[in-house]
Amino acid sequence: MQKKISNLPFKGTAEQEAELKKIIAAHKHDKSLLMAVMQKAQDVYGYLPLEVQTMIAEGMDVPTEKVYGIATFYAQFALSPKGKYNISVCLGTACYVKGAGEMFDKLQELLGIGAEECTPDGKFSLTACRCIGACGLAPVLTVNEEVYGRLTAKDMESILAKYN
Amino acid sequence: MKTVAELNELRAANLKNVVLRKGAEALDAAKAAAPAGAFDGKYNVLVCGGTGCTSSHSEKIVDALNEEIKKNGLEDKVNVVLTGCFGLCALGPIMIVYPEGAFYSRMDAANVERVVKEHLIGGKPCTDLLYDETVAEDGSIKSLDETDFYKKQVRVALRNCGVIDPMSISEYIACDGYQALAKVLTEYQPEDVIKVITDSGLRGRGGGGFPTGRKWALCAPNKAPQKYVVCNADEGDPGAFMDRSVLEGDPHCLIEAMAIAGYAIGATQGYVYVRAEYPIAVNRLQAAIEAAREAGMLGKNIFGSGFDFDMEIRLGAGAFVCGEETALMTSIEGNRGEPRPRPPYPAVKGLFNAPTIENNVETFANVPQIILRGAEWFASMGTERSKGTKVFALGGKIKHTGLVEIPMGTTLDEIVNEIGGGVPNGKKFKAAQTGGPSGGCIPASLINTEVDYDNLVSIGCMMGSGGLIVMDEDTCMVDMAKFFLEFTVDESCGKCTPCRVGTKRLLEMLDKITRGEGTLEDLDKMEELCEYIKANSLCGLGQTAPNPVLSTLKFFRDEYVAHVVDKKCPAGVCKELLSYTIDKEKCIGCGVCARNCPVNAIKKTDYTAPGHKLPSMEIDPSVCVKCGACMSTCKFKAISKG
Repeated sequence: MQKKISNLPFKGTAEQEAELKKIIAAHKHDKSLLMAVMQKAQDVYGYLPLEVQTMIAEGMDVPTEKVYGIATFYAQFALSPKGKYNISVCLGTACYVKGAGEMFDKLQELLGIGAEECTPDGKFSLTACRCIGACGLAPVLTVNEEVYGRLTAKDMESILAKYN
Repeated sequence: MKTVAELNELRAANLKNVVLRKGAEALDAAKAAAPAGAFDGKYNVLVCGGTGCTSSHSEKIVDALNEEIKKNGLEDKVNVVLTGCFGLCALGPIMIVYPEGAFYSRMDAANVERVVKEHLIGGKPCTDLLYDETVAEDGSIKSLDETDFYKKQVRVALRNCGVIDPMSISEYIACDGYQALAKVLTEYQPEDVIKVITDSGLRGRGGGGFPTGRKWALCAPNKAPQKYVVCNADEGDPGAFMDRSVLEGDPHCLIEAMAIAGYAIGATQGYVYVRAEYPIAVNRLQAAIEAAREAGMLGKNIFGSGFDFDMEIRLGAGAFVCGEETALMTSIEGNRGEPRPRPPYPAVKGLFNAPTIENNVETFANVPQIILRGAEWFASMGTERSKGTKVFALGGKIKHTGLVEIPMGTTLDEIVNEIGGGVPNGKKFKAAQTGGPSGGCIPASLINTEVDYDNLVSIGCMMGSGGLIVMDEDTCMVDMAKFFLEFTVDESCGKCTPCRVGTKRLLEMLDKITRGEGTLEDLDKMEELCEYIKANSLCGLGQTAPNPVLSTLKFFRDEYVAHVVDKKCPAGVCKELLSYTIDKEKCIGCGVCARNCPVNAIKKTDYTAPGHKLPSMEIDPSVCVKCGACMSTCKFKAISKG
């Protein structure tokens, strides 16, 4: 999958950098833990801009190319920042046959953004995710950690309204 | 370190905590052994803490219960347990009260106060809140085993899910936990373990169905300073969640099985590769590993046998290809998860180039029971070449979505129509999809197929990890094939050309067909390309990627032909092929549709139907964007699509 690379300026803080250094120090002994470091770095920064990837590469003593290769290979790593509210629509099979595709289309229309994009005010971002395993509630979407289940495309407006 | 005697003491001491859930016979025996009245007024309240029920806020029910229990001073009588998945996710959040086994469905925290008052204090279950199938006509409670959903199930891999507290090692020990490990370490030689697993006929539950005993036997003789046991918990097949349920509901079972496997092949280190999308499962497994270390079930010199074993979790990051065993190992090593050519096989050169076995969670979950109850017991279930049980995640257009474990050889008809409760809303069953993006569709005409590894392969499907998605007449099979191809195109790692380029070309042809631009020649071309991709791809992902296309072409060719020749989508899914029309005799001319049309495609005609006051409306097909807004707003059912 082609990943969207953000061209927004990097706004990392000194605290974030200190935390990243701590993470690297704890995992440096074992190069097979590179992915774990990247996962933790994403928890700190919310995404993995090139600046952070470079810091990880230097800290773990691996080429930046390797970090970039992993970041673009796995779906979990984001190269562009998420909105304050990240809406993630499950497009797993069970949700898809129950109309998750229509929900996703409706959200794109309502928010005026496409998949993996963020609204200009930084409020909402939209992602399509693989099965989150709540198939009993299909179709589902999550807004940050909150799960909404048994939905239809008609429910999208009222869900967005909760966060406006 | 613990001794076997200490383990047995722990089991006996903790039995009283779980015996209420173990059925009448076990409870009577416990009552006879305990002082009179020891179990009077005692309740175990089990609340499902699986992902499905947690998503509908089962933790609020636990909070409300604990609050009410404290308020009423019931701390000594009532034990609230947050368990793993009960299986019937469609009715979540679920709460079960033992000893009655009263099954509260779609439970709401607002009803907790009433349940505590009437049931836990008053002794009368609130039958109106129970799952209706469990309440007899006279108001008495029927056992769950008598309901359609549970009647035909046999729980081996899931035996502790929804029964014990996954965060408590003592509850696991009370349910014979770690007894199999103790037995193996004190009574068996490694080759005896492999023999039992081989004789049981257990085959890999991750999809391929490779005999587990043979896999272990291939690895055991390879000498190396370090060997590994790897558990594949990267359940990437969309719509499958059986592995997650085992991790969430019974994590110690996996730890015990991996230690047994380690002993059998001579490995001292295990890795569990779990999807990062399963936070609850990861937390519980991590807690279980720590508890097992503390109790001496992991670590050095387990049960004084001289055998060492420890394990670690590695998190995946969302790549379907990592379900393939060599790709998974590459990912654990900290790389892009690309598969490796075989040979060398992992049994010789696997993780970190050391001899390695890799099994799926559900496969491991069967192991302790096979050791305790014997190979013959396990082999007595199932069909000739597929032994034991299989867990399926039922999803899609089916009444009882959820998790079921059934003996191999159960027919699809029993699974869908009896256990699953059939297709809802009076629609017709069209097909069941198994094996996810690697599998195929079983059409309604083959609904009597006995589900096992070989039968599914013979009709062009595969067992897969056990996702079973039911489709009704509203599902377009061409669109379904396209959906799976979009998935594999997305997830192809790009290493080998047949998969990287071939799946992309297949998807383009499917897209052309759903847009009404396909030709009959395309269908033949697609078949040819499918065979080529199957034969030439490097790993399982590519080799199975064409299956959804091949099986729909085989069983639903008429739908493809309808798209290509008649330019119609019979299920009314493919937008480009749809047209909406207004029945001018039914239309009363109210104009609601016209007001809701986003592109002003609906106009008045000159015709007024007999008995109506206003002229009928009509849709201009050249303007219509086929959004369906008109049809959903028409109260008179005058608009149809086709």
